[in-house]
Amino acid sequence: MTLSTFTAAVAALVMGIGLSAGTAIAQSVVAPAGAETDEVWSGLVTDVFDGRPMQDGAGIIELEAPYRAEDAAIVPMAMNVKLPPNDTRSIRKVTLVIDQNPAPVAAVFELGEKAGIERIETRVRVNMYSKVHAVAEASDGTLYMTEKFVKASGGCSAPANKDAVAALKNLGQMKLRQFAAATPAPGTERREAQVMLRHPQYSGLQMDQVTRNYIPAWFISDLTVRQGEDMLLKVSGGISLSEDPNIRFSYLSNGADTITVDAIDTEQKVFRSSFPVENGGS
Amino acid sequence: MTRHASKAAYLNEIRGLITKMHNASIGAAYRVKVITRFAAHSFIAVHNKTGLRLSYHWAALVYVLLTYFSLVPISFAADDPRPLEVKEVAPGVFVHKGINALMLAENGGAIANVGFVVGAQSVAVIDTGGSRRQGEALLKSIEQHTDLPVRWVINTHVHPDHVFGNAAFLGRDVAFVGHVRLPDALQQRFEHYLAANRASMTERLLAGTELVLPTETVADVRQIDLGGRILTLRAWPVAHTDSDLTVFDETTGTLFSGDLVFLEHLPSIDGSLRGWQKALDGLAAIPATRVVPGHGPIDSPWPAAIEPERRYFDALAKDLKTAIDAGIPLATAVQTAGEGERGDWLLFDQFNMRNATAAYAELEWE
Ligand SMILES: [Zn+2]
Repeated sequence: MTLSTFTAAVAALVMGIGLSAGTAIAQSVVAPAGAETDEVWSGLVTDVFDGRPMQDGAGIIELEAPYRAEDAAIVPMAMNVKLPPNDTRSIRKVTLVIDQNPAPVAAVFELGEKAGIERIETRVRVNMYSKVHAVAEASDGTLYMTEKFVKASGGCSAPANKDAVAALKNLGQMKLRQFAAATPAPGTERREAQVMLRHPQYSGLQMDQVTRNYIPAWFISDLTVRQGEDMLLKVSGGISLSEDPNIRFSYLSNGADTITVDAIDTEQKVFRSSFPVENGGS
Repeated sequence: MTRHASKAAYLNEIRGLITKMHNASIGAAYRVKVITRFAAHSFIAVHNKTGLRLSYHWAALVYVLLTYFSLVPISFAADDPRPLEVKEVAPGVFVHKGINALMLAENGGAIANVGFVVGAQSVAVIDTGGSRRQGEALLKSIEQHTDLPVRWVINTHVHPDHVFGNAAFLGRDVAFVGHVRLPDALQQRFEHYLAANRASMTERLLAGTELVLPTETVADVRQIDLGGRILTLRAWPVAHTDSDLTVFDETTGTLFSGDLVFLEHLPSIDGSLRGWQKALDGLAAIPATRVVPGHGPIDSPWPAAIEPERRYFDALAKDLKTAIDAGIPLATAVQTAGEGERGDWLLFDQFNMRNATAAYAELEWE
């Protein structure tokens, strides 16, 4: 080997390393680029919202989501909705979408006409880095959208159940927590309630060890909360809602003395409980 | 022999072959084939006297040889791994200490303590590490210390830093042993773990890492005999995870606690806070003299080693109960719960809020 050949060899060697290392780095970056996720979102707008136009939700709908999904199985999300004081319309529906999840629509919340709901908190599964969208629908059909980006949790956190056996044992257990609202509106009684329902929310990704078949998805499909006869909130949920669905919301009291929760899952199992309204909350 | 239309095409082929060779699952036979191929290319190139092409042939050959024989340190060259460094913490009990970090490319996923116990007839492996590669390195280390065969591969629970090395032990006469709920847990989570860790560890370092289910499970207690040496395996109710298993070596009084014991590295709660608090009393009753925790110093005094995590769990539970009783929502409560423990742990920011989140969802049912 001549000196010049050797020099060329070393140069090529260095280049080879550079190229190979470049490949490795390219493979390690999995956070989806903005353009890609926007494509995902525009697909969802078509599929979920029939391609209807979206208005900027600033000032009408606000989404609270953590910067990082700490526990992939339990990621808290909150939506605040409010129309300007002189607006005669009302917000009738809020849809929460986790773009990159296997089933992106986590839940559709229908708000009771006189419920006065201004805030809804829930917990969702987040499988990977994902944009999260919240869409509010006003009574005239206008859609308002806002979005957040949520980083994935660490490599040892999974969007899976913590204790599959306990989840089955406690199936259907229900709890209602009641709180006095922090900022009561004048002349009204604004309150907060939290509905908790034990359900494993199987995603359809679990396999039966004996039959080697996938266990079908099994989750709460509808959950309705009423104060007296008036509907407060109806939740149509999917597998992206966390195990033991948990919904906390603010509302205006109509003076009724009971709150009733009706839920049904994808196996047509029905869960129903009534709770006396507590004075002053807890 | 293929002719190449351009220098770029030729370099592409070299890169392709080198990339394949980097893949840890590709054996020595393939490497010999690659080297032979380059040698043949070079021979032809010399005969054709094709100036520039010749120099690239030589470059490739030199590079392949250097990589193969590790004559120079090339950091990304994933050759056969070196034997895993282990310490004999008690006669016949060998442990590799994981580093206190998340699974990343720069640590190859080697973050958990893994080890093996040598009896008079066979060897039991306790956890296999964070990649097939680390499992292979562990196997090499075992072969350096004993001629006896590995007959048992025990997984202390479902997490990737403890099970990803399992595939290195496939094709041998071994039993894979785990908690009775480990098969389910692995089925539910393994694909997700693989995808999530590809992001932080790279595809290449995880090459060959695959799901290996237990061939035998433990529902309560089971003893295995390594020849004059009994290991007691015990399955625990839901605590760190729903598949926690401990291994106790009576001969030396060494307890492999898996992730039921964390030292220095903040514990991660992926099962039940209350379950774990309860398990600590049962653990403390094990007549061990030392513990090999899942994370932290590999030769720690027993049962004193459980006190730091007991204190953390008590503090976290107390903060969360106070918040729940006051009606503070999850997203707010987890910002501050357990904060008083920050100074005593590593990786606090990586795990505390996660723990608080899972524990809040658990405790609000009380
Ligand atoms: Zn673990």
